[in-house]
Amino acid sequence: MLKNNDLYCFVAKRQVNRIKGLIFILFLFLITTSVGWSKEAVPVAEDPVVEKRMLALTMDLRCLVCQNESIADSRADFSNDIRREIREQIKANKTDQEIVQFLVDRYGDFVLYNPPMKPTTMLLWFGPVILFVIGLVSLIVYLRRRRVQIEDVSLSQVQLERAEALLNENKKGKNV
Amino acid sequence: MMRYLIPLVAFIVLAAFLLVGLTLNPRQVPSPLIDKPAPIFQLNHLHEPDRLMASKDNLGKVWLLNVWASWCVACRDEHPLLVQLANSGIVPIYGLNYKDERTTALQWLKRYGDPYTISIVDPDGRVGIDYGVYGVPETYVIDKKGIIRHKQIGPVTVDSLQKTIIPLIIELQKQA
Repeated sequence: MLKNNDLYCFVAKRQVNRIKGLIFILFLFLITTSVGWSKEAVPVAEDPVVEKRMLALTMDLRCLVCQNESIADSRADFSNDIRREIREQIKANKTDQEIVQFLVDRYGDFVLYNPPMKPTTMLLWFGPVILFVIGLVSLIVYLRRRRVQIEDVSLSQVQLERAEALLNENKKGKNV
Repeated sequence: MMRYLIPLVAFIVLAAFLLVGLTLNPRQVPSPLIDKPAPIFQLNHLHEPDRLMASKDNLGKVWLLNVWASWCVACRDEHPLLVQLANSGIVPIYGLNYKDERTTALQWLKRYGDPYTISIVDPDGRVGIDYGVYGVPETYVIDKKGIIRHKQIGPVTVDSLQKTIIPLIIELQKQA
């Protein structure tokens, strides 16, 4: 005889099967009809070559409104304008360098994610190396000093005997 | 003694750097245009769209270029101060209506007062890019030779007017 629980499972299974069937029908419906709904993806720009160059350029440029985003990623109005400007300049046959210089002239080095090597950025460029050298030198000095200290500490005969005596004493105490 | 002193000094130096860092405003990106000739422009008037104003028309006088828009909330904060400044007659203020709709801009001026000697329009933000505008409002102090002497990023305040902008204007007006 079926237990109550089994019956419940049986009913549930039938329901699931029915729902599965419904989903399948809905799926078929969507597949057959959605072809009519969808459109060919509209190209982002008229010229994919220009777009590719623009993206490569803006990847390394900072959006000044949302400062932790690149102009390529940002949806800010500012970035839209800069992208438009860069597209136009690419079409006008400007070189990448000229375009970047155009932006640096207006917004400063801050638009560049790669800071240029200048007297003001020397600390930025070489600071980590200097810190590393300081760390390395102090590590070497410390290790050398420690080695000398380790070698210095050797026990005399008297000390050894005393230590042994203490250890033995400890052993005896534990055994009792 | 040295053992504790060195980490302590290192900590104090680090804390001092971080403390200074807290007081800096990352939005205030120093403009590379300071002490450079103001980018030239020729733009339509806001009130009379048929008329043009060229930046070289202002050669020979010290003037302010205030970049604003009706969609800009912070512009509303600084506006009463600009109206006051215009009424004082210290310096002519020219308004650059940045990426705005003409009708809303005109309504805005009617509502909040019009401090501008002339309002000009930059509907797609191209002159804005030339001036390195990235956050409206921005205000430029331009001298008699057409050189940008100061850029206020964000709204002008009583403090910035009294301490920086007005003394600078008076100083510049004395120059030939």
